[in-house]
Amino acid sequence: MGHSFIISQSDKRPMYLQIIEQIKQRIAVGDWIPGQQIPSIRQLAVDLEVSIITVKRAYLELEREGIIQTRHGKGSQVAQAGDLGSRLREAELAQHLEQVAKLGTMMGLGFGDLEERLRAATDQVFDKELK
Amino acid sequence: MNDLAIDLRGVSKKYKFFSLDKVDIQVPRGQVMGLIGPNGAGKSTTIRILMGLVHQDQGEVRVLGRRMPEEQIAAKWDIGFSSEDLRLYEAMTLEWHMAFVRSVYSTWDQQYANLLLKRFGLRAEQKMKGFSHGQRVKAALLLVLARRPRLLVLDEPTTGLDPVARHEILRELMGAMADEERTVLFSSHNTQDVEQISDQITFIDRGRVIDSFDKETYLDRWRRLRLEVPPGIDLPALPGVIAVKQQGRIAIATANAFEPDLPNAYERTGARVNRVENMTLEEIFVANVEHSREEVNA
Repeated sequence: MGHSFIISQSDKRPMYLQIIEQIKQRIAVGDWIPGQQIPSIRQLAVDLEVSIITVKRAYLELEREGIIQTRHGKGSQVAQAGDLGSRLREAELAQHLEQVAKLGTMMGLGFGDLEERLRAATDQVFDKELK
Repeated sequence: MNDLAIDLRGVSKKYKFFSLDKVDIQVPRGQVMGLIGPNGAGKSTTIRILMGLVHQDQGEVRVLGRRMPEEQIAAKWDIGFSSEDLRLYEAMTLEWHMAFVRSVYSTWDQQYANLLLKRFGLRAEQKMKGFSHGQRVKAALLLVLARRPRLLVLDEPTTGLDPVARHEILRELMGAMADEERTVLFSSHNTQDVEQISDQITFIDRGRVIDSFDKETYLDRWRRLRLEVPPGIDLPALPGVIAVKQQGRIAIATANAFEPDLPNAYERTGARVNRVENMTLEEIFVANVEHSREEVNA
């Protein structure tokens, strides 16, 4: 099956986090929709060639976050929450912003500096999209 | 039947220059156990004992519920075993070997065998003497997998293989795990392979089990902390930390029982925690062997 997941050993994060991120991404972009049946733990482990316990951990974590639901004997589904895709993007943005704040503080940058940098980065993205 | 496919308790074996000392290993059904350790650690001896090929001096061995070595004949119908020194007949073709195994084991699955021939890129009509090392390993694995045994015991299945062949073998091993009744135990000193597909990990060094855990818990216990230590501050020994290397202001602490509060504990001493990193199994392997040898030598 072509899941196009990539579990990379050069990625410093543990494999279960890589799986979580890629599942969230599929949901965020709408490839996996609410209510959709997703592969069983064992099936995804076989497809990705990673241990069952690793996929299990990823699924447990996703359940705890309310992103998927697993019912005994029925497998797992993407949770029925209308705004799941946008919620995931929101969470991703919050995470990046936190990183920016942390790095900025470490580098001794003030809020004004960060604001300036963000504006420049935003301009750059707009410029690229116009081309 | 109980839920352990493999159950070794207090297994010891004494040789003149090497001994296996009270080895305990439990593998639940439906899981993959990776046995890792340096060369000469006792991985192959352990495997031979659980296959009934070597008899333990002490301890109990049960495989698929059967006592070893006493009930090895009954047990072996359901075990697929492959090791580096497995002998295939040089003058005979792979097809001859397949026919032989098929004549002995009624569970032989010819369709699966044909599929494996294709996936492994092997030619059934070729004699074994023309096979490369990688092809031999794959041929031996084919002969074992096509029997569809409930337990696979593989001694160093990926050693000496190129990345493509290694990948092919890992893929077939995981493919076999689609059946939740199947269990795999394999030894390796390739930590990458073990990290990738194992549910359980057992570390062996110098004839002793130094750690045995489920992989996720195990990897989670280990962390590397990068610290900045201001002048005049001495880092205390903190619980869960097995090694601290310091040079000037930069220190690296390795924890084998990491708790979320550990970074705070360092901060409270006046040090600054720059980063908390996960470790690969390879890094853990080296740190663990060094640490356990220090303890033994202390």
